[in-house]
Amino acid sequence: MSAVAANYNKLQELGVEVISISVDSQFVHKIWNDQELNKMVGHDVPFPMASDGAGQVGKVYGVYDENAGVELRGRFLIDPDGVIQAMEVLTPPVGRKLDETIRQVKAFQHVRKHKGAEVCPAGWEPGKKTLKPGPALVGKVWQEWDPKKDH
Amino acid sequence: MEEQKPGCARPTGARLGQPAEKKVLTGEPEEESMVTARVGMKAPDFDAPAYFKGGFTQVKLSDFAGKWVMICFYPGDFTFV
Repeated sequence: MSAVAANYNKLQELGVEVISISVDSQFVHKIWNDQELNKMVGHDVPFPMASDGAGQVGKVYGVYDENAGVELRGRFLIDPDGVIQAMEVLTPPVGRKLDETIRQVKAFQHVRKHKGAEVCPAGWEPGKKTLKPGPALVGKVWQEWDPKKDH
Repeated sequence: MEEQKPGCARPTGARLGQPAEKKVLTGEPEEESMVTARVGMKAPDFDAPAYFKGGFTQVKLSDFAGKWVMICFYPGDFTFV
């Protein structure tokens, strides 16, 4: 969570709003912000820290662990139409990598801008080659895109 | 997001919109999943109390319509990762 808070400006530049959620109360969120996060980040957490004490939101998103009573590390990327474009769920001991989320945001925004006429192959980053799906590309991806180079 | 007066009753997050319809009992063991989140599908709306910049507010996903949103679930405050 601190990594997201510390790099929040990178998400804002892409027009991405953030909501964090755990089963902790909003009161505990405040103390975590005041006692620890703002020391790690250098400022207060810049996005709403939501409370899902009963796990009701987590259950609908498939990330509530009933046995432990906590939520797994689930990251969901939602587009301006309210459609989930990407999700990543990890068990608690390993953290996410924000740069990968940012890469995916850029790729989904590129696809959206071109209304799906261009798609982003594995490892795509801005400036790299996109593919234009259509009859002419069938069986010809090998001529257009090199998985050993662009991944 | 409206400002909330903190009280002793602990509010919690809640799913918004239609809950899944109850199935008619058939004698089969009921296997009902609440999960509706899937890529390519509309994100389930929710409303939850939140801490935000020094105050307590409600955060509702549908208030962010028209914007890109990243929702991050995590195991708990004061955990180590």
